[in-house]
Amino acid sequence: MESSIFQFILRHSTRQQVVLTIMTLASFPFLYASLDLPKRIVNEAIAGKKLPETFLGFHLDQVTYLWVLCGLFLILVVLNGWFKYIINTYKGRLGERMLRRLRYELYVRVLRFPLPRFRKMSPGEIIPMITAEVEPLGGFIGDAIAIPVFQGGTLLVYIAFIFIQDPVLGAAAVSLYPFQGWLIPRLQRKVNQLGKQRVRAMRQIADRIGETVSGIQEVHTHDTAAWHLADLSHRLGDVYDIRFEIYQRKFFVKFLNNFINQLTPFFFYAIGGYLVIHGRLSFGALVAVLAAYKDLAAPWKELLDWYQQKEDNRIKYEQVVEQFHVPDLLEDRLLSAEEDLPLRGTLTFQNVGFGEDGGSRVLEAVNCDIPLDGHTAVIGIGSGRDELAQLAARVLLPSSGQIRLGETDYTALPESVTGRRATYVGATPYLFSASLYDNLVYGLRHRPMRAGEHEEPPERRRRRLSEAMLSGNATYDTRADWIDYAAAGCDGPADLKARILKVLTLVNLDDDVYAMGLSRTVDPEQRPEVAAAVMEAREAMRAMLEENPDLGRLVERFDPARFTMNSSVAENLLFGTPVGPIFQPDALASNPYVLHVLAKVGLTDRFLEIGHKVAETMVELFAGLPPGHEFFERFSFIGFAELPEYQAILARTAKDGLGALRPAERTRLMSLPFRLIPARHRLGLIKPEGEARLLEARRVFAEDLPADLRGAVAFFEPDTYNAAASIQDNILFGKLVYGQAQVGSKVGRILADLVDRLHLRDTVVEVGLDHPVGVAGSRLSAAQRQKAALARAMLKRPDVLILSEATSGLDTASQNKVHSAIMEDRKGCGLIWVLHRAALARAFDRVIVLKDGRIAEQGRFEDLSKPGTVLHEMMAAE
Amino acid sequence: MSIAEEVECLRRIPLFANIDTSKLKLLAFTSERMSFRAGDVLFHQDDTGTCAYILMSGEAEVMVNGPGGPVPVATLASNEIVGEIAILCDVPRTATVRAATDLETLCVPKDHFFQLVTEFPQMGLEIMRVLAHRLEQTTLRLREVLSGKV
Repeated sequence: MESSIFQFILRHSTRQQVVLTIMTLASFPFLYASLDLPKRIVNEAIAGKKLPETFLGFHLDQVTYLWVLCGLFLILVVLNGWFKYIINTYKGRLGERMLRRLRYELYVRVLRFPLPRFRKMSPGEIIPMITAEVEPLGGFIGDAIAIPVFQGGTLLVYIAFIFIQDPVLGAAAVSLYPFQGWLIPRLQRKVNQLGKQRVRAMRQIADRIGETVSGIQEVHTHDTAAWHLADLSHRLGDVYDIRFEIYQRKFFVKFLNNFINQLTPFFFYAIGGYLVIHGRLSFGALVAVLAAYKDLAAPWKELLDWYQQKEDNRIKYEQVVEQFHVPDLLEDRLLSAEEDLPLRGTLTFQNVGFGEDGGSRVLEAVNCDIPLDGHTAVIGIGSGRDELAQLAARVLLPSSGQIRLGETDYTALPESVTGRRATYVGATPYLFSASLYDNLVYGLRHRPMRAGEHEEPPERRRRRLSEAMLSGNATYDTRADWIDYAAAGCDGPADLKARILKVLTLVNLDDDVYAMGLSRTVDPEQRPEVAAAVMEAREAMRAMLEENPDLGRLVERFDPARFTMNSSVAENLLFGTPVGPIFQPDALASNPYVLHVLAKVGLTDRFLEIGHKVAETMVELFAGLPPGHEFFERFSFIGFAELPEYQAILARTAKDGLGALRPAERTRLMSLPFRLIPARHRLGLIKPEGEARLLEARRVFAEDLPADLRGAVAFFEPDTYNAAASIQDNILFGKLVYGQAQVGSKVGRILADLVDRLHLRDTVVEVGLDHPVGVAGSRLSAAQRQKAALARAMLKRPDVLILSEATSGLDTASQNKVHSAIMEDRKGCGLIWVLHRAALARAFDRVIVLKDGRIAEQGRFEDLSKPGTVLHEMMAAE
Repeated sequence: MSIAEEVECLRRIPLFANIDTSKLKLLAFTSERMSFRAGDVLFHQDDTGTCAYILMSGEAEVMVNGPGGPVPVATLASNEIVGEIAILCDVPRTATVRAATDLETLCVPKDHFFQLVTEFPQMGLEIMRVLAHRLEQTTLRLREVLSGKV
């Protein structure tokens, strides 16, 4: 990458810079004309002096002449504006393209960093460099050449003009330029250094913030917030100091500049005046020179500003780029080459060592053969096991020695071979913030395979493609289908789904995904087949619950004509699932439409009374408890902080009755009944008559619902799939009954049976695949993440699968299950497994035993498992 | 059945007889109603106990594992409490309890019970009184048994 910003600019935009300069120069005569014309309008057309006889061969009177000049003026104004518009757009576009190219190149470099580099460089440093720090460069790149050429040219013209008028005064006018040219860079240099310091300090702050976010748990665990605050405050203080000094120096430079600029006129007035008085210089010449000098000041100032800006941007560029100049950057070829080579035969480690620069070696003098058609276990004491696995997967490159695959240098193979034919799974795999499905097929997305469907017009696509090329960016299409079905041994999407289900079972993740699927919603328009199957299950569930009263008692089904005792009053009123914030339970009491419905069926006063009773009960029950008692959270309708308010409301009602309440107080009371679940809370406040009224309110609510609110609730309809409810809720179409022993697990079992009976399980699992795994997989448990990573690796069917304690987070039972399933699946294929228990090595063809980074012994398990070996020792210690 | 009835029921249990109505109400409100069908098992002997059951209606059988299988030792009716030993001290269930008829209970979780006792020492005192009373009865019975043997 170019180490200076001008090299970068010239390398990638010389032509554009030339065009820009030409455009700028071409605009100059028009600009000049537009400055000159007003003088002529005033002096010639309006004052009537020096009225030309003819204008372009026509005879004109004074007024017509005025019109013509004014018309010309207008045309010039438009022309100048147009030039500015064109030039600015061109500059802006050029700047953006160059910025895009720069960011892209930096990102490419990140991808090419050797892995150990990331131990020294944190995301907190890298991200601001690529995003915020280079941002101002875009604005500068457009001005980089055009401004100095244009303003410098203007300056030269003026200087020449002055010299022609009077060489002495000309010399006087520029006399201080050399001094300025010498002084300013010297002053600027210190500002530059401070600028560098500032960037470094800001980067460290970004890094610290990043660390705080990653380690937030530790911060709270150890009560170190104050320490972090102090640290940040200190660093912000450093930045403040640096910035303040920059301001002082920068504005001093400005001050000095201005002063020197004004010094020249001083000489003109003093010396020039003296010369005029003594008749050695004509008055006219002095005025002309003064005017020219005034014109001189503007470009000179522009040039100095440009110089400061240039320095600023030069430093920014250099500071960023030097961080990306890493000595042992991976070769570009490794990432971009498209080769294929089956990994067969034997992987030979010859004297391989690995360690960081200056650090101790974690692996040393490793010599071993790993056959790629068998199973090799790696066990050991001390460091180096995981590194050995990563070297075998070519994720790491050896610091010394060679790894060969037959005659081929394994370390020189492109990632199109090692990244597809070999797969490494470590103990803490990374999942991307996307759906589980996307994470599973992640390992199949190497290149775009088939053109995808596009919604955007082809013209726009062509434009975007050519734009990407102009900025030297990748032109791969993200909308294309990137999934390499063949690599997974499948012929298409449907086949792949089936294969994914198999792999999920293999790594024991299927039950988890099934549970995820049950609690997910499905858009019935996008997946009508799922909705139809769920509706079938709902019907089967209904039949089952009706036939068997023992089961029927566990679920209270939604019935439009009946009050649901196990639902909240809110849910009974809506008789549907709220979509969006409008009809969320907490918002109902202040929702005008809901209030309208209650008023229409004459429930408003009743609600107020019930609210009052609930408040009374809550205050009675919970007022004696200390603040923060867990009962508030778990049982009370009223939080501890709200208690006094409700007590005040109750006191007021006791004195003046419910009618005297203020609107806000009414809303508070009205909000309470909505949360009542009669079967659970057993307060006896909803009587049969009240239920009938609520059913009436339910009817009115649905009937009167204005069109603009229709999207805010998904009604429970016995024969319609509810798009806002989960699959499980759609099948149950009702509520679990409170007070039935183990109702949750019983219904769960019934549901599972039903789903199996209707062959719906695969469908539910498929829906579960849409589950978003969260940032870095945080919505999955550690064990689920490991299983997902295993599934991702297995799906690829690599020639050699390399696992490094990849099942450490699983409980023993599922560990055993997954281990034997993987061993079975990999029969006859390459498997290298770093084990955390030596005894597990028994099932492998070969064992490599490491001790403190060196191979202690290797061979068949039977041969090694005898007294006196490290393996024996390790097994004895377990 | 509403909270008010549950409170009445609690009041008839000696352990809770002298405790404030408002505290009983809180206990009832924070406890879960649990219904069992005839034949359902409330808990098995040797399980760890997490809650006590207060019988609101119906009958339950207490059974102890014998050499030839479970032996019924007692029958409980409404307004009786069962399983309280497990929530007062951490011992496994000392018997199996099964619903003899359809059964309505109030299930008092151990931690709620303790939280109430911690918040309202008066309740603790009452419970101490009842337990001491029981201990005295047991001692009396033991003395009778011993004197009968000697």
